Amino acid sequence: MSNIPSELRYATSHEWVRNEGDGTVTVGITEHAQELLGDMVFVELPEVGESVSTGDDVAVAESVKAASDIYAPVSGEVIEVNEDLEDSPELVNSDAFGDGWMFKIKLDDASEVEALLDAEGYANSIDED
Amino acid sequence: MTNKTVLHAKHIEAGAKMVDFHGWEMPINYGSQIEEHHAVRQDAGMFDVSHMTIVDLHGNDAKAYLRRLVINDVAKLEVAGKALYTGMCNTNGGVIDDLIIYYFSDTDYRLVVNSATREKDLEWMHQQATGFDISIIERPEFAMIAVQGPQAKAKVATILSAEQNQAVEGMKPFFGVQAESLFIATTGYTGENGYEIVVPQNEAEDLWQQLLDAGVKPCGLGARDTLRLEAGMNLYGLDMDESVSPLAANMAWTIAWDDEDRNFNGREVLAKQRAAGDQLKLTGLVLKEKGVLRTGLKVISTDENGETGEGVITSGTFSPTLGHSIAMARVPRSVKVGDIVEVEMRKKLVKVEVVKPSFVRNGKSQLD
Repeated sequence: MSNIPSELRYATSHEWVRNEGDGTVTVGITEHAQELLGDMVFVELPEVGESVSTGDDVAVAESVKAASDIYAPVSGEVIEVNEDLEDSPELVNSDAFGDGWMFKIKLDDASEVEALLDAEGYANSIDED
Repeated sequence: MTNKTVLHAKHIEAGAKMVDFHGWEMPINYGSQIEEHHAVRQDAGMFDVSHMTIVDLHGNDAKAYLRRLVINDVAKLEVAGKALYTGMCNTNGGVIDDLIIYYFSDTDYRLVVNSATREKDLEWMHQQATGFDISIIERPEFAMIAVQGPQAKAKVATILSAEQNQAVEGMKPFFGVQAESLFIATTGYTGENGYEIVVPQNEAEDLWQQLLDAGVKPCGLGARDTLRLEAGMNLYGLDMDESVSPLAANMAWTIAWDDEDRNFNGREVLAKQRAAGDQLKLTGLVLKEKGVLRTGLKVISTDENGETGEGVITSGTFSPTLGHSIAMARVPRSVKVGDIVEVEMRKKLVKVEVVKPSFVRNGKSQLD
């Protein structure tokens, strides 16, 4: 069973969301997701300044096995992307919840975060996979 | 029913992620397939290939039988231990399997064939044996470990007996020798130096552990696939199968035409195809930008008359050694090395370069 930190929120499409408490969130993919994908070889990130809506495909995680779309778990504006992933996509494998973060979003609606799954809800959702 | 090799417990012990591979539960990786890949290119890695099928062939007609069974000519084999890569075709010229044949004498050979094709291979071999004085003996009592990489031979040397080391000393590529209980061959599927070692099942775990203690890294099927693709080696079932001519699978070099009286299976059809020049060809593709060429993607080419042709990627992957994607693709014969063709990837047409289907050998890029 992979690690699912309790302080984060989750989408069923395997993104994690950390509420920074200042109207912004940090987004990445879960340890479970990187385990399914295997070694990451490219990560395509959104443009800073781009407006995204919940459910939009905004990034691509390409592993040795497959290319997977990453969806915006909340609506807002992309304010930062993890440029380290350009040269070191393996950070997604080695530290999915830390250095492997993908992008930050300035929330349109702060309550959207609360609507996401908590750790228990996400654990249940991957049990059903 | 899932088969397990005798090394199954050693894989679990090493933290392997196991997958079903044509009915065998095999390690796909032990954590990171890219690290395993680099271990083979830079140092030494080992693969459990015990699922592969070893078949020994004995009898007065062994040579005559093989001269009909396979498209290369075993008459070329004159030195004991010499190995030959070739294909076994049906009478329509389709590839039933690719295999390695080790020569011991004109009445004594060892064949190593793929596991996924084991049943049909054996059925075909038995069917073809009618009228020949031979016995076809499968050897499931052996396990097989491939040790590959620039340091593979040196690391193996530390665990062999004096007599075994003497037996393999100076052995050229593509030879095999029985040394005490081990059959040690300078063959492989990675484009690196190393050995494939056939070991009695009851000694396999000890051998694996000794190799581990000698610093050889366990590698799974994931790394095996990226290594063989970088080396430009075909994988049966992807790059060729019974519907594909060896002429369309970069296997023309494994066909021996010289002896016109040698009526190998498929010869008539293959000779016509060769004269007509009408077969597709297997070539290499390189994508230097982001993205990974994947098996099954469509390849669109344009010939000098402006005619559009269509091909398909038979094997595609990310090349850990080169840091970008490579593929093998079956394309119209008019497509030449250096051409730019288009591949439909994630709803976009992406330009890729056509290269010879050999990307990395002995740790070095074969690209310009």
